[in-house]
Amino acid sequence: MENKITEVAPLTMEWRHKKSTKPKSERILEFIIKAGGLSCIILIIAILFFILKESAPFLIDRFDFKEFFMSTEWYPASVVKVRYGILALLVGTLLVTFLSMLIAVPLGLACAFYISEFCSPQLREIYKILIEFLAAIPSVVWGFIAIMMINPLIIYSFNVPIGLNILNASVILALMSLPLIVSVGEDALRAVPETYREAAEGMGATKWEVATRVLLPAAKNGLMAAALLGVGRALGETMAVLMATGHSIQIPSSIFEPGRTLTATIAAELGESPKGGEHYQALFAIGLVLFVLSFIVNLTADYLIRGRKK
Amino acid sequence: MRNILFLIFIVMSCSKHENVLIIQNKGSDTLVNLAQAWAEEYKKVHPQVAIAVSGGGSGTGIAALINGTVDIANSSRAMKDEEKAEALKNNGKNVSEFIVGMDALAVFVHPANPLQGLTLEEVACIYGEGGKCTYWSDLRGTVVPGCQGNKIIRVSRQSNSGTYQYFREAILGKKRDLKLGSMDLNGSRESIDLVEKTPCAIGYSGMGYLSKHVKSLCVSKTSDAECIFPNLKTAMDKSYPISRELYMYTSGEPSEEVKTYMNWTQSEEAKKITINSGYVPAPKR
Repeated sequence: MENKITEVAPLTMEWRHKKSTKPKSERILEFIIKAGGLSCIILIIAILFFILKESAPFLIDRFDFKEFFMSTEWYPASVVKVRYGILALLVGTLLVTFLSMLIAVPLGLACAFYISEFCSPQLREIYKILIEFLAAIPSVVWGFIAIMMINPLIIYSFNVPIGLNILNASVILALMSLPLIVSVGEDALRAVPETYREAAEGMGATKWEVATRVLLPAAKNGLMAAALLGVGRALGETMAVLMATGHSIQIPSSIFEPGRTLTATIAAELGESPKGGEHYQALFAIGLVLFVLSFIVNLTADYLIRGRKK
Repeated sequence: MRNILFLIFIVMSCSKHENVLIIQNKGSDTLVNLAQAWAEEYKKVHPQVAIAVSGGGSGTGIAALINGTVDIANSSRAMKDEEKAEALKNNGKNVSEFIVGMDALAVFVHPANPLQGLTLEEVACIYGEGGKCTYWSDLRGTVVPGCQGNKIIRVSRQSNSGTYQYFREAILGKKRDLKLGSMDLNGSRESIDLVEKTPCAIGYSGMGYLSKHVKSLCVSKTSDAECIFPNLKTAMDKSYPISRELYMYTSGEPSEEVKTYMNWTQSEEAKKITINSGYVPAPKR
């Protein structure tokens, strides 16, 4: 990004000299665009502020680092002793995200390579439309697919007592983040200059060699960014995982055990916890944890995309 | 064109019913179907009153009553003392409690499960914290066909739902929690659907939600007591061990219109709707 700024700097300066001659309509338009850009930043800050404000009393009075992050006992409505331990939920979120990426990243990148390099232009258009269509399926529908189709399938094919588990959620999440990975990955491959391909082919490289030896290293950063955006997608997904994981508080000992994620906990419990109560604030503290997690993922993705442009 | 006509229709119907009184009614998901059915029927009898029913859970309804945003709060559990105190503090009025019906929490399993009934102690052993029943064989050597590993899959509800809290109190008293690791689903309908699809599962929900695709179990208080199935009669005379009252709360003495509605819910006409919705009419006040 820094590179880009130095490139365009002289241009903008020249432009500034002419500012007085700019027609009024253009200045208004410029203001609107600027306001649009700013509103994004304001929104993000407002969201962070809101989460902090709602969770603040909990973080100040009740928060116990050891209990919050080290205990698996999430008992917000206990009659004996109210406990807020998110370890099981955190492990659930990380496990489901990791496993889904294990499925989606190789599949998505392979698909991106195929669409960008190996298939004919006509087929490419059809595939792109189909993949965009996949992205348009609402998450509740994915959740129903998880319960009605994948659940019995897992029970019968693996001989396990329950089909709503980590595996089910990972498969669903992989399918959901696939479109994002494919389209960003494909963009990254398209961004590699045509001359690279021509040079490699000119030296007698096969298509496979072009893809693995030339394009893969050249588009490496963009492909990694695609994968990380997929991670962000998987991390934040709520409704589908709520239905697919089984929503059960425990650290799963295998991929065939049910688990629970941070997002699903918020979705399931926020509606019935009275506003301003301790449980409500604790759910916002979970929101803060999620905010930080997705912030890290997005920052990494952004860093990699910048790297690509250097 | 059709849209415009529709708009005109809306505007006209609004102006026609200008002095319709709207009663806000919110709370328990267990009660929402019944409250909705009542509201629809009541509109036929008293067209000048409209009752706006919404769900969200007992806690939500009670919180709204405390904040003064609803006229009637539905709840599938009795209001706690501290909630009553908070309502008094916020609104300056004591809440009025009405028992509008009864509900029995049915315990059900997959149809393939050979089990006929459970004692309360066995239910506590399955669901309670520290309970040792993790396999079906722990319950009098039961073997469930089609269930891998013979493991009990506990289906439960999210911990702040009225159904969860009543179930906990009914089987464990006020001094014990439910065991973690159950599948905490978001609604009674989902619980039934999951148990229907899973041979290993056991679940609970309001009697009104029971379907033919799951097997309802009889429940006995002790091992030598009679095992009783949940139905209209056993819930009404409270011989079924897990039956509960369903409540409506108002802030202070209800207004004239709300009072008329409350009385109407206990009429013969309303009781028919109660029974048709799968609930049990309240015993005579």
